[in-house]
Amino acid sequence: MKARHFDISAQPGFATVAMLTFVLLYLPIVTLVVYAFNAGNSIALWEGFSLRWFISAAQNERVQEASIRSLVVAAIAATIATLAATMAALATTRTRPYRGLTFKYAFINQPLMVPEIVTAVALLIVFSRIKVWTGYSGIGYLLAAHTAFCIPFAYLPIRARLEGMDLTLERAAADLYARPWMTFRRVTLPLLRPGIIAGFMLAFVISLDDVVITEFVKSAGQETLPTYMLGQLRRVVTPEINAIATAFLALSVAIVTIFFFVNRKKA
Amino acid sequence: MKRIVTALAAAMTVALGGSAWADGQLNLYNWGNYTNPELIKKFEKEYNVKVTVTDYDSNDTALAKVRAGGHGFDLVVPSANYVQIWVKEGLIAEARPDQMENFKNVDERWVNVPWDPGRHYTVPWQWGLTGIIVDTSLYKGDINTSSIFLDPPKELVGKINVAPEMNDVLYATIKYLGGDWCTDDREFLKKVRDKLVEAKPKWIAMDYGTIEKFASRDYGAAYYWNGAALRAREQNPNVKFGYPKEGFPFFMDSVALLKDAKNPENAKLFMNFIMDPQNAALISAFAKYANGIKGSEQYMPEDMKGAPELVVPEEFQKSGAFLESCSPEVHDLYTRIWTDLLK
Amino acid sequence: MASAQEAAEAAARSDVRNRWLLSAPALLIIFFAAVGPLFIMLAYSFMAKGDYGDVKFGQFSLDGWFSVLFERDIFDDTLSLADANLSVFWRSLKLSVMTTAVTLFLGFPTAYFIATRPPEKRETWLFLITIPFWTNLLIRTFAMQEVIRNEGILNSVLLALGVIDRPIQIMFTDTAILFGMVYVYLPLMVLPLYAAMDKLDFRLVEAGYDLYATRFRVLWRIIIPLVKPGIIAGSILVFVPSLGAYVIPRVLGGGKNMMLGNYIELQFGQGRNWPLGAAISITLMAVVMVALLFYVRSATRGEAGREG
Repeated sequence: MKARHFDISAQPGFATVAMLTFVLLYLPIVTLVVYAFNAGNSIALWEGFSLRWFISAAQNERVQEASIRSLVVAAIAATIATLAATMAALATTRTRPYRGLTFKYAFINQPLMVPEIVTAVALLIVFSRIKVWTGYSGIGYLLAAHTAFCIPFAYLPIRARLEGMDLTLERAAADLYARPWMTFRRVTLPLLRPGIIAGFMLAFVISLDDVVITEFVKSAGQETLPTYMLGQLRRVVTPEINAIATAFLALSVAIVTIFFFVNRKKA
Repeated sequence: MKRIVTALAAAMTVALGGSAWADGQLNLYNWGNYTNPELIKKFEKEYNVKVTVTDYDSNDTALAKVRAGGHGFDLVVPSANYVQIWVKEGLIAEARPDQMENFKNVDERWVNVPWDPGRHYTVPWQWGLTGIIVDTSLYKGDINTSSIFLDPPKELVGKINVAPEMNDVLYATIKYLGGDWCTDDREFLKKVRDKLVEAKPKWIAMDYGTIEKFASRDYGAAYYWNGAALRAREQNPNVKFGYPKEGFPFFMDSVALLKDAKNPENAKLFMNFIMDPQNAALISAFAKYANGIKGSEQYMPEDMKGAPELVVPEEFQKSGAFLESCSPEVHDLYTRIWTDLLK
Repeated sequence: MASAQEAAEAAARSDVRNRWLLSAPALLIIFFAAVGPLFIMLAYSFMAKGDYGDVKFGQFSLDGWFSVLFERDIFDDTLSLADANLSVFWRSLKLSVMTTAVTLFLGFPTAYFIATRPPEKRETWLFLITIPFWTNLLIRTFAMQEVIRNEGILNSVLLALGVIDRPIQIMFTDTAILFGMVYVYLPLMVLPLYAAMDKLDFRLVEAGYDLYATRFRVLWRIIIPLVKPGIIAGSILVFVPSLGAYVIPRVLGGGKNMMLGNYIELQFGQGRNWPLGAAISITLMAVVMVALLFYVRSATRGEAGREG
């Protein structure tokens, strides 16, 4: 009799739960996409297929501006946040405890401990003062606020990744007289990559999602997609919102696919 | 990589940079989904001014943001009961719309209003009222009463949505129980609270976004705004609007010029612009509320002309009132009742 | 000997200095745009409330803090514990703990599943987790609404299968809030878990089996302890934001029952009681921080014990 293949990584039921999770994740998304093509005015009653909401969203200049602004803010904030978080994670892991280590850890995670509305009001008070003093009321404030609350989201996965990496490989590289920067680029960074990718994605998504802080920090003409939608909420919600969301989904799938192929080529 | 950077840079210019093609700028700070883009386009074209519209979703958020300063807005659209607060806090300027060219178009009814006698500060944007919306396929009885949500008939229990607006809900309840607005009579207010606490389990929600839920039959009744009722009826013909005979609140949102506006001249142009009947009709065509400008009806879309939700029947005129802003002490009491209700 | 020790100490000092430099950007950004401004909140909680929101600047008052714990009955002026605050706090805590538990229950196997795929497939699965989240929170909440409505997919399927004979009212209940929060915060659990599992050393698992451990024992005694940092990170990322959730209770809960986020918003908004809002916020932050401190302490102590 042939010995049955024993898969050491398998755990009973895990694959089932994972599949269930994926179904749960995509069920609402599928509904959302389906109703984007609704001919009627409702996001709940199907009245036939039509592209009218895509056309109406495409003609809505405010939606376009807000979407681009959201994406740009998220891209910049997540990039800066991931950079800062990676550096901070390197500085707070794989070391003997030193003075200020716990402080740093608590400080970096602080934005997570605070309900958004509190940070929002606090930022309103402080940033408004600065806006009045400096006369500058541009997008910088929004970027600063987003970067700040994105940092802990980027930091946690990177740190989690780093904590389990031992220093053996880096020491080996150092023994072979690799310069520290070389060691970092050739050894640490590749090992750290999954953590950085996870961190960046979290940060990006979190920034893209933010309503409350943005609502309080934005100046004239700085609507993002979420604050625009919050405004819609009060009156009437049409499938136009579904159409925008579907367009965003298509865009993200496209970006991810490109990213994927670029990565493949490198490897 | 380079291409991505170029694309990003291009996107950033659109998103972050202001355009400089126009003679001037105007920054309007208004309720979300309340400004007709056609109106804005028309104004931009006529005066060669670039207009940005930014949204808020509550009077208090708008107030907090403008009071903090550095916001960059020129015009704001507060509700009637907030106008005096804006004046008292020194946030809005006397733009003297009453001396503007198009002021002659303002309906006399909306000139000497309690929150801005003689219209020295504000220009009417839209007005409406909070009343009763019922899906008449579920309930056939009298709908011109607040009992629909305060003592609901059994057909509607568990299907009622109440707008999460503290003042509007308290006003209807106080009137329903026979009291006066801004009363601080504790005995009486206790009854108000108990009534609300007793009624709440019979409601399904206290939420915005009512229109589509009448279409989907999630709601059977609501205490909500009349413009929404009109839109709900267009999606579900059984929907009817009722005027609570015990008393209901009117609202009017009015455009005001901010004291720290950077473009006061363009702002005044805009205030004058929206008092033109054709332009006022554009405002109404979008959000489906009446506007207070004489002669605008003829330019309104067909579905709004003589709509039962927009014309208050003679017999119910006297039941409606504009809410004044109560003293801070009374407001405090009302907040406590509200908190008791929502905890 | 002495000079070698000195050199080692100098190296250690310079290491610490470099570590401070390395973390400086993150610390500065957070100070400027998140933590620093919170001191304003602390100050505001000790001021008298303004008539129309805001505070009367410079007027000291303890009213805000007093109302966190106590309330004077509006009708007979008797003093009692602030029942409204407590019940809102309790509901938030309950729902957040449940959300964390459910996301962990779903997220752990999912992350594990992804981490045990062949390396070139993992990123695809990971992207599948994140793609729904490129649409923003409000839209996702609306989408959830479509699923759990009385005539939504969930009820239709259950009806068709004959599991129920009439729709279950999920919408506008605490269950709806729970569903929504689990849905929205799930990737915040999966991503850090994955990051920790991805580098799991399966030789240790193999060793476990060589010693005749059952699959469950391997999971419990080897895998879970190894990915503990990921579990901690994920739980924090889910628990804390759900405690202050604002949009989800408003849209899915129907706004009838507040959670802390909504309660605080009420004080800064329609309620016009900023000092109370500030005081509640600070209380909340303090509670969260103390809880986390205990959590992290006990978690790391457990690890140190095992290593020693």
